[in-house]
Amino acid sequence: MVQSLDYLGETPSQTAGPYVHIGLIPKQAGFDIFERDFGNVLIGPKTGGTRIKIEGHVFDGAAAPLKDALIEIWQANAAGRYNHPADRQEKVLDTEFRGWGRAGSDFETGLYSFETVKPGSVIGRRGHRPMAPHINFWIVARGINIGLNTRMYFSDEAAANGADPVLNLVEPDVRRQTLIAQRQQRGTEVVYRFDIYLQGDRETVFFDV
Amino acid sequence: MDWGSEFFQRDRTIHPPALTPEYKTSVLRSPRQPLLSLQNSLSEVTGPVFGHNELGSLDNDLILNYAKDGEPIGERIIVHGRVKDGTGRPVPDTLIEFWQANAGGRYRHKNDRYIAPIDPNFGGCGRTISNENGEYWFRTIKPGPYPFRNFVNSWRPAHIHFSVFGTGFAQRLITQMYFEGDPLLAKDVMFTMIPDDAAARRLIASIDFDATVPLDTLAYRFDIVLRGRRSTRFENKLQGN
Repeated sequence: MVQSLDYLGETPSQTAGPYVHIGLIPKQAGFDIFERDFGNVLIGPKTGGTRIKIEGHVFDGAAAPLKDALIEIWQANAAGRYNHPADRQEKVLDTEFRGWGRAGSDFETGLYSFETVKPGSVIGRRGHRPMAPHINFWIVARGINIGLNTRMYFSDEAAANGADPVLNLVEPDVRRQTLIAQRQQRGTEVVYRFDIYLQGDRETVFFDV
Repeated sequence: MDWGSEFFQRDRTIHPPALTPEYKTSVLRSPRQPLLSLQNSLSEVTGPVFGHNELGSLDNDLILNYAKDGEPIGERIIVHGRVKDGTGRPVPDTLIEFWQANAGGRYRHKNDRYIAPIDPNFGGCGRTISNENGEYWFRTIKPGPYPFRNFVNSWRPAHIHFSVFGTGFAQRLITQMYFEGDPLLAKDVMFTMIPDDAAARRLIASIDFDATVPLDTLAYRFDIVLRGRRSTRFENKLQGN
């Protein structure tokens, strides 16, 4: 016999279920319990950067929008730095920006939305080019057994997207389009539309991170 | 601790697959293309940080945090445990959120139509942050089992939903805790879809008699293991800086 390795196995994932709102966004479940809720507005009055809105639907394999999904996002600040001790880039840390939020898709329409700032470019892995501005997405819902990871890139960053070390891994390259949110100007508001397709011809690229 | 090192590749053989036809809702909600494997960058090894001062003093006490004119009906229990990573190191200061049905198996949720009544004194959610040793605890009422529409006669065993963050967004995990000795586990599609028996058993909390409060509250222990991260001793650094 050889010595046994003492690594611990990960706790297995289970679906978030239809009532995920109770635990993570109780107001949407229909009640008020915490003094302070986490939500879909990532910015405060002093947050630096260009304010943007992100919105979209998560579609199932029958092209119907999920009305019970929970979406979380994690992103760098406007300068391209994450508010986390492992980020030691020499860029400004914005103490008014955690960089994380969560949203439930609407029970009637399925639309989700976030209010945030456009992130800056972040350093890539050593030996790789910088990553184009992007936002990390994580999607859970009833019927999703393990959370789905993807990324949202920006349609007005074509040059940076073309050089992005992650987008360039996606084959066939037409699937890269599934990760690019489309910019819309709505009055004074800048809105990026990011629809996520769980299946079908337009299935979004999901990552094993 | 180097919070910037990469995570071990996730062992997906211990997780339920995306497509599990016996859980019918998964059929239209599971990706059909393979996941694209991504070596970790800063985007995956970093994640949100939460402060202990962001939570209210009753957030980890489901017996009191929604009590209106009395305490909720049901078995009083403590749930406690430790959050560790795959190398056995504690995961301190991480946000843990939990939600559940009441003692009758009914959720306080707009979309729950089960015949069992809402408990006016029970919200069914709470949250806490692990201490410097990765330990957490909360007090609640033992949830009841309930039926759900999958097969005509499908029942969920008693369970508490858990959401855990870890130190990097790639550790993000949602799972469910079950109770030792529940006869409904063997028929539950959520539990039995886990392909690895040893992994499935990690979701069953043990009764912890030493942690009970005599004459007052029973206790269950539920440890949570998040993905481990590499030691950086002989490895290329993740970043250029």
